[in-house]
Amino acid sequence: MDLAAVIIVEILYAIASLVVISSGLAVIFGMMKVINFAHGEFMMLGGYTTIVAVKSGINIYISMLIIAPLVVGIIGVIIERLIIRHLYGRLVDTMLATWGISMVLIGIATMIFGNTTEGITTPIQGWTIGDYQINGYNFFIIIVAITIVSLGYYLLKFTKLGLIARGAMQNPDVSAALGYNPDRIYMATFFVGAALSGLAGGILAPLVGLVPSWGTAYIAKSFIAVVVGGPAIIAGLLSSATLFGSVNQIFSFLFNPVFGEVALLLTAVILLRILPKGITNSIFKGKL
Amino acid sequence: MQKINHRHLIIGVMLSVTVMFILPNLIEHYTLSLLIIYSILALSLGFIWGFGGILCFGQAAFFGIGAYSYAVYAINIGESSIPFILAILTPALFALILGAVIFYGRLSDVYLGVITLVVTLILFRFASATAGPEYAIGKARLGGFNGMPNFQTLNIPGMPDRYIWDMDFYYLCFIIIIMCFIGLFFLTRSSFGRICIAIGQNEQRIELIGYDVRKYKTILFAIGGGLAGLSGALYASWAEIVTPNLFSLGQSAEIIIWCIVGGVGSLSGPILGAVLLGLLKYYFGQQSYIDNNLVLGFILIIFVLFLPNGLAPTLSQLWGKVFKRKNRQRKNLNSKRVRMPNKKAVS
Repeated sequence: MDLAAVIIVEILYAIASLVVISSGLAVIFGMMKVINFAHGEFMMLGGYTTIVAVKSGINIYISMLIIAPLVVGIIGVIIERLIIRHLYGRLVDTMLATWGISMVLIGIATMIFGNTTEGITTPIQGWTIGDYQINGYNFFIIIVAITIVSLGYYLLKFTKLGLIARGAMQNPDVSAALGYNPDRIYMATFFVGAALSGLAGGILAPLVGLVPSWGTAYIAKSFIAVVVGGPAIIAGLLSSATLFGSVNQIFSFLFNPVFGEVALLLTAVILLRILPKGITNSIFKGKL
Repeated sequence: MQKINHRHLIIGVMLSVTVMFILPNLIEHYTLSLLIIYSILALSLGFIWGFGGILCFGQAAFFGIGAYSYAVYAINIGESSIPFILAILTPALFALILGAVIFYGRLSDVYLGVITLVVTLILFRFASATAGPEYAIGKARLGGFNGMPNFQTLNIPGMPDRYIWDMDFYYLCFIIIIMCFIGLFFLTRSSFGRICIAIGQNEQRIELIGYDVRKYKTILFAIGGGLAGLSGALYASWAEIVTPNLFSLGQSAEIIIWCIVGGVGSLSGPILGAVLLGLLKYYFGQQSYIDNNLVLGFILIIFVLFLPNGLAPTLSQLWGKVFKRKNRQRKNLNSKRVRMPNKKAVS
């Protein structure tokens, strides 16, 4: 019984963390069709921002929920203005350019922070269920994931801002004709995407030892979560995160964490072969 | 036109043989061998990307499989000729299966990129996790993150005691790359190669003409995998150890950067890129002020933004302007992306 509870919490946590790490990419790739290979590095920057802020005496929640997204969002906008805006519509070139950006960011982080692990402690105590210990921070991540998803859904579905954003992504010319500057909208969307990546990095920072190449560990996971999810951003992200999170945790329990990840990646390859356009294109069609 | 190309080829081979004997006086042959191995790797991606339009983000997977399978077979067999051949065939077979899955599923370029990347990561994770004694193929323990040392390096076929190393290894690598270059040169001029080039230019047109695009792309992908495996086997013999880092993302990125910098669409471009950047990395690796990633990343961004065709086509245009070329028709044949390699490799 205790074990079952622990496993359920762990699975929920795996799903939630997949949602958290993929949401930034879902906005940038899902909405703007920009393949952002620098996503992991945006997370890494968010993590470092949090650590620096905490070490300079700022409250940990403020630093990871506000400062990290803001800083990374601004860095994202600078990158978008300088590089990515010239490459909209050229998929392969954006892939290569963002890969270059990711290497540059890793290089800069290595020069500033060095190749050593940095870390802060988690702000929430763990507690025990029966014989097992659960990390209390897991619940925090689950709550953040729920907040991101519901806020995102609300923003996109019920506000004018969301409508404009969705319109500009579908057809920039029409939205330009209606008086909304698609260039500005792209910039704002990229800011949101980068800020979400920064948030993810900030939230995960207390759980891991941060090194400059930390982000590369997440890039594949978040990519397949978004790609397998398909065109509907939120429904897709939720369904693929649920699937992959469960697969990952179940295989981790049965064998070991590495096999959990290998199983996750294999499932992704098989799913992409069966449903090349993503889950939401074949199952939850027409949802958001 | 064919004849002229052959003349170029013969001059090229003679030049490169001359270069082969001059170079060791300028740069250490140990470094040179590595540069040649990298060049073969760059050639493998440049070939499938430039001629078939397949941008594989996981060429490092085949490189690593080549190196690992060489090491595994070499430990089990104890002599190097059969493992060397198997190290080419295993990644080729793997690429064939992977390619069949991707191309017969008609996945688009983006998904091709994502899948090849994911496969590379799977291999990286798997190879890093095989530390325990239960992960062994025959006598060979995979060794996890520390990798596999102590396998038989290349020897003269049939004589396990006579190793090919030092200068001999350098000459062997050079001869292999010349042979690869000539092989690919003729392949791009065969009917198979021409169809692949046409697929790279306009896939739909070739499909409508009646060729089975899926088959050609799969075979092309397998050839690229085999070439990458060849360079992996040479690398294993050069480094005398194979580690999971061969599968790393950084390795994949580097191969793509070589091709971009050198220029895809010609055979000499990727080689040029690999040699230039290999040297750059070698010299930058000796200082610690600027991080290597930073430099490579900047180079990649700058080339994507400003020089998307790469160095080799730009250089050959300059060459063409300086020495007014007689036959102008060839220029018309050169489309934007795909150029016939009409000059020899700069090695």
